[in-house]
Amino acid sequence: MCRLAAITSREYISPMEPILALETMKEGHDGSGLGLTLKDLGGAFGKLKKYPVMSGICSRSGKKVLDDFMKKQGFKLKYEWTPKIKPVKDIIARDYYFARAYDYPAQYKNKPLKEKEDFLMNTRLALRKIGEPDESLFVFSFYPDVITLKEVGDPLQVAEFFGLDRDGLKAKIVLAQGRQNTNYAIYLYACHPFFIQGYCTMTNGENTAFVPIREFLSSRGFPGYMGYNSDSEVFTHILHYTVKHLGFPIQYYKDVITPLKASEIGQRPDGEALRLMKQSLRPLCIDGPNMVIGFTPDGACFMVQDAKKLRPGVVGGVKGKYALMSEECGVDSAMPKRDRARDIFPMKYDMVIISPQAEEVKIWNQLQG
Amino acid sequence: MEPASRLDHNHQLSLREFPYIIRWRDDRCKRCGRCTAVCPVKAIVPAVKVQRLVRSEGPVPMPIAVRSTTHVVEQVTDMERYCTGCGSCTLVCPNEAIEPELNPQSKFLHYKNKGGDGYKRGGRRNDPSLSTLDRIKFTRISMLTDPALDAGRHEFRIRSLLGRVMHPEDMPLTAEGGRLAIDKKNNVFVPPVREIFPIMIGSMSVGALSPPMWEGLAMGVAYLNEVEGLPVVMASGEGGMPPRLLKSKYLKYFIIQIASGYFGWDEIIHALPHMTEDPAAIEIKYGQGAKPGDGGLLMAQKVLKLIAEIRGVPQRIDLASPPTHQTKYSIEEAVAKMIQSMSMAWGFRVPVYPKISGTKTAKAVLNNLARNPYAAALSIDGEDGGTGAAYNVSLDKMGHPIASNIRECYLDLVKQGKQNELPLIAAGGVGKRGNLAANAAALIMLGASAVAIGKYIMQSAADCFGDEYNRCNLCNTGKCPRGITTQDPKLYRRLDSDRVAERVVEVFKAADVELRKIFAPMGRSTELPIGMSDGLSINDKAMAERLGISYAC
Repeated sequence: MCRLAAITSREYISPMEPILALETMKEGHDGSGLGLTLKDLGGAFGKLKKYPVMSGICSRSGKKVLDDFMKKQGFKLKYEWTPKIKPVKDIIARDYYFARAYDYPAQYKNKPLKEKEDFLMNTRLALRKIGEPDESLFVFSFYPDVITLKEVGDPLQVAEFFGLDRDGLKAKIVLAQGRQNTNYAIYLYACHPFFIQGYCTMTNGENTAFVPIREFLSSRGFPGYMGYNSDSEVFTHILHYTVKHLGFPIQYYKDVITPLKASEIGQRPDGEALRLMKQSLRPLCIDGPNMVIGFTPDGACFMVQDAKKLRPGVVGGVKGKYALMSEECGVDSAMPKRDRARDIFPMKYDMVIISPQAEEVKIWNQLQG
Repeated sequence: MEPASRLDHNHQLSLREFPYIIRWRDDRCKRCGRCTAVCPVKAIVPAVKVQRLVRSEGPVPMPIAVRSTTHVVEQVTDMERYCTGCGSCTLVCPNEAIEPELNPQSKFLHYKNKGGDGYKRGGRRNDPSLSTLDRIKFTRISMLTDPALDAGRHEFRIRSLLGRVMHPEDMPLTAEGGRLAIDKKNNVFVPPVREIFPIMIGSMSVGALSPPMWEGLAMGVAYLNEVEGLPVVMASGEGGMPPRLLKSKYLKYFIIQIASGYFGWDEIIHALPHMTEDPAAIEIKYGQGAKPGDGGLLMAQKVLKLIAEIRGVPQRIDLASPPTHQTKYSIEEAVAKMIQSMSMAWGFRVPVYPKISGTKTAKAVLNNLARNPYAAALSIDGEDGGTGAAYNVSLDKMGHPIASNIRECYLDLVKQGKQNELPLIAAGGVGKRGNLAANAAALIMLGASAVAIGKYIMQSAADCFGDEYNRCNLCNTGKCPRGITTQDPKLYRRLDSDRVAERVVEVFKAADVELRKIFAPMGRSTELPIGMSDGLSINDKAMAERLGISYAC
């Protein structure tokens, strides 16, 4: 089972903080990979917030393809960050790791956000399609104010490899996943967190309903619902579909993935809407042992459990900084000075939502709505 | 010259030509006559034989011939009175002196066409080989990477939906103050949807079934809903429903079928203003797996007083429904108009769906329905479906297996993104070898939302003799020895409707437990794993490829 560590903070933090928290949970992952997503960037990217940042990995030939493609599309490179690689045993370095801020092509500069988002996503997908067959180019995210880093190996070693301890890379929200490889081959596109148009999640546990969910999402006619090298990618896309596509408030994500029983729906003031929703979104019920941590474009973070709470998860912290982790020891590492008595262990009906800038923690109870 | 056949019995059939040969034991038989009285086809008769016994007593051979007259039980060699192997004789024999034995060398079908008409019978396709459904295994077992669920302890919801489910983007929902509500301003039509147990009792008519059988099924279904909380539904078959039931609160557990003969619909339409509940659904029958492209048939010997009254027809005439609905001539009319008319009759509060026989052309019907927002489901009845009466050739040779038919229809819906909107109901051979829950689960994971059973429930709830070796299969004759498919009070009084109801309850409760036992280790409990094809495997590469599941051996 993967181990997850996320921190949301009012102040910029180093990505090392959640990675060190992952290290305390080491018994639970086999070091088959690290995935990091940073949102609300500080450092050099702090001044580039309106520019989309592309994160990825490429070979020498892939770099040329990338440069040519982006030039052809009309993107202008504003800034490039590359990690200061430190060779580490067991990690095979690839040619280029990059996070590049681009300026939009002239014709997109004044377009509405939705059009920009679709354009960015389609650009990412086009590059993925080009680079995937020979693995010359991987693109994990292409969106303003977001960076994604992924590599195979032990999380702490990968962090050392990327030089994150020596780098000025900072962000207010950091999601980190220590990968425990299960059914699927170790592959960079299979590594959490997954990101689409401002929505990001990471998950532990296997998704037993993966195939029907994948088929449902793939058949929505939305190009971004693809990939699925990991059964966990669907959690991100369900979030995107629920909130962005259908326009539901965030807490309905819980109602989509773990719908209430018919008798329980009757207790909710919005029961009539829930009943309809449960029918129409029936294939999106996750049904498995999963805990999901994620963020939405406004910077809210959340943690949610499967309907039986078969996976651990804890939220702890102080106003202005909260940690969302798989295990208590991770929270201890990230937030040693908090009041432990106030830690939250979300149960099967709960969804913990932390407002942007880590201002406030709310526990939304599905039964009471 | 006179043919010699009269002298040497050359044109008589030998017992070797018959599908079942009676094994009668002279030494055990006490000549009570029960077997010959009970035989539904008079295949055995009491006969008198003269025996010649040569005896020799004393130290020197002194043979003496003694002639004696004795009574025996004899099997007749008339093909019209062939032994069906039902075994009623064995059941009534007090001394275990008689039983039919299957004759694998039989040449039955070579002769069963006297008068120039093909062999007609009831029952099922005679194919004892392992069906595709029975070859499917559930191989995705949650082990250490994710915990298996506990079928006994965890909460399970084995339920399905019957009715047209709205496309998520068409749901009339508004978000006000962070909460969703139904938008009633735009008056969007929300199709009726029922939550049902995914195994239903398929269409078997009052008429095809005897009164205690139909009543037993109906009582069992009502009990399951009212007492056990298991929302099992049952389809009426063509031929109406008992008038009292139409006006009762239990109507909501029944799917009323309309077929091409419209039998019973006069009663139903007249009962409409008096109905206190809506039926679960309306099924429009276009085809049947057991006899695809052939109409319904209730033979004259079963059209007695009660049936004639319910159906609104004279007694003792053959009731043949045409193969198609005669007033329609195109798919758009046959399907769309019929669905619309039926929906309108109940104020669009009742799901209306067509039932077709398994066919290569199922996808064409499916696509027509997918475009029709009032179509509530599609029921496909595969070649292993049963019937009360059909030509043997239809039963044995016509039709399409259900597994690949349902799979390709489901995948077609997936392509259109409508896999959750138009439920597929699969039937035909579910529980053929007794594996009810496993067959149902396999079909569900191939893409069916629900399955329907017929023969299985007749066998398990009323001890029907029928099997894949043409045993009994007398449903068409009105002489069902178990009293299941007869209108003859002398026969159906053998069947106790309370016992049938009790068995129906036991069967469904057991199926519920077994479905949990299948789904729990696969990590599924709260939603039916419709289309979870990664959980299935089969030990045949070609089948695996056709069904889009993995090959395991």
